[in-house]
Amino acid sequence: MFALHLESKMQTGNPDQVPSRNGYGDGLVEAGKRDERVVALAADLTESTRTLPFAEAFPKRFIQVGISEQNMASVASGMAAMGKIPFIASYAMFSPGRNWEQIRTTVAYNNSNVKVIGAHAGISVGPDGATHQAIEDIALMRVIPNMIVIAPADVHEARKATLVAAKHEGPVYIRVGRSDTPVVTTAESPFILGVAQWFYRKNESLPTSVGIVVTGTLVYNALMAAVELEAAGIGASVLHMPTIKPLDTANLEAFAAQHGALVTVEEHQRVGGLGGAVAEHLSLVRPTRIARLGIDDQFGQSGEPNELLTHYGLDVKAIIAAGKSVAM
Amino acid sequence: MHYLTSVDVTRLELQANEIRQSIIEMLYEAKSGHTAGPLDMADIFTLLYFEVLQHDPKNPNWEDRDRVILSNGHICPVLYATLAHAGYFPTEELMTLRKFGSRLQGHPHREALPGIETSSGPLGSGLSQAVGMALAERIDNPYSSKYFYCLTGDGELDEGQIWEALLLAGKERLHNLIMIVDRNGIQIDGDTKDVMPLEPLREKFESFNFDVQEVDGHNIRAVNDAIGKAQAVYNQPSVIIAHTIASKGVDVFERDFRWHGNPPGKGPEDRVPRSEQAKVALEKLRTLAGHISRDNM
Repeated sequence: MFALHLESKMQTGNPDQVPSRNGYGDGLVEAGKRDERVVALAADLTESTRTLPFAEAFPKRFIQVGISEQNMASVASGMAAMGKIPFIASYAMFSPGRNWEQIRTTVAYNNSNVKVIGAHAGISVGPDGATHQAIEDIALMRVIPNMIVIAPADVHEARKATLVAAKHEGPVYIRVGRSDTPVVTTAESPFILGVAQWFYRKNESLPTSVGIVVTGTLVYNALMAAVELEAAGIGASVLHMPTIKPLDTANLEAFAAQHGALVTVEEHQRVGGLGGAVAEHLSLVRPTRIARLGIDDQFGQSGEPNELLTHYGLDVKAIIAAGKSVAM
Repeated sequence: MHYLTSVDVTRLELQANEIRQSIIEMLYEAKSGHTAGPLDMADIFTLLYFEVLQHDPKNPNWEDRDRVILSNGHICPVLYATLAHAGYFPTEELMTLRKFGSRLQGHPHREALPGIETSSGPLGSGLSQAVGMALAERIDNPYSSKYFYCLTGDGELDEGQIWEALLLAGKERLHNLIMIVDRNGIQIDGDTKDVMPLEPLREKFESFNFDVQEVDGHNIRAVNDAIGKAQAVYNQPSVIIAHTIASKGVDVFERDFRWHGNPPGKGPEDRVPRSEQAKVALEKLRTLAGHISRDNM
């Protein structure tokens, strides 16, 4: 059954569709009102990263750096050194894609209070094609010490993640998507940094089971797959892990303990992302059979988001198939 | 702006000489590290920390201090030696450079040592950070008298990020930003004119809307005057191109790019054998290049 706090229309397969990046825009303005140390930087993508409302509300606290993501990361580090809480936003392919070393050295090694927003993350960027589809960013950011990595499920979580990031002292990475994606939570749903949530609990009376561990905007697909798996007689649960680093190991272990096998789902390369993090942890403490769904060592291509999710094996059908293949 | 008497200049020159000796000693002890840049920037670091800066070595996090952002982190031996001589930490600690457990990391780590404003090493990002600091200061306190001194190498100017930062500094008219370029003409692979020609450099900076001065980087009074003029520029950022002599102070090492990345004991052998390099360098410095007899010291 669905967690009680989840959005109700979604539970009947009829969700609202909103880009998760909108949540960054809302959260940023709210964070700016709460704390005047919050500043925002953009590299010529002010509107599409949803930085514009903040820039209009707080023009003196907005820095337009032009198309220079490397500069933007280090400028933010300098501003943080003077007590500011800078949010830098660009497409994830450029930040952290292009400016990874600046983020590593000038943000993370300095333990600077800089928040990196990677918009247009994942394959669901769609028609822009492979050059703009960041499917490596979780891996890139997860390996940097001091860095927090968050992939919100939807617009509401993106807003909350932005507010949480503003309060957290230290570097944070948040990836958000470009396209309309299902709204699965509500404005009131709880969101705690570093805490995974059971979004769907399996029917205990079914003989076999599978646990689906998901992050980011594929949560809806995971939930729909769980519903259908249960209809097919396989117990299925969904654990949503919006914080990929630090990994909520306690919840993960408890989740793994209650299921015969796991499926991980993410809009990312199969290696280095959520699936990698889950497998790395469980391999020692609770060796578990895990099917990792993600893009399999390929670049993306142009297409509509749903076409691409189907092609790369991340739609509801693919999750069901993976669930059936590993359920025990 | 500070006026320097001839007594002041002599005091600073002798201080710079002490710092150069520390640089040689610490590099020799560390058995790795960079020699040319630290030696040639000793005069400017001395001027900054012993004359120009508003700072307090006993309170390194004093909020109203000027900021020195070392962008070319590999010349940190001169920063460490200057900070120690200025009283930020004991000079004995200089001998731990690059050793396990030391606060004096091979390249500066902000969280390790008081007086370090930022971690640096990978080139080209210090100027961006200085720009960010200057921008933040302007948001909070547009009329402050705080200055942000960003020190860069000249080879470092090959990095694209430098030019991104210059664009932004020019756009924002950051009057409180003063960039000082160590124009020693060398980088690891050779002379800058061969590896990647930079000239006309003054014109490049001017075209990015910077106030540009060129100065003899070893003439302490001239550098002091240039910094004073840069502080007085009110509507644009400033850059001082400091013409220096690589490895200044040890004539047998001077102007040779092979001293960029080697410590005494591992440098080029055609003029001084490796076993003698540290000894010869210290002797040159302690006798002011032979001008005074060792016996009189």
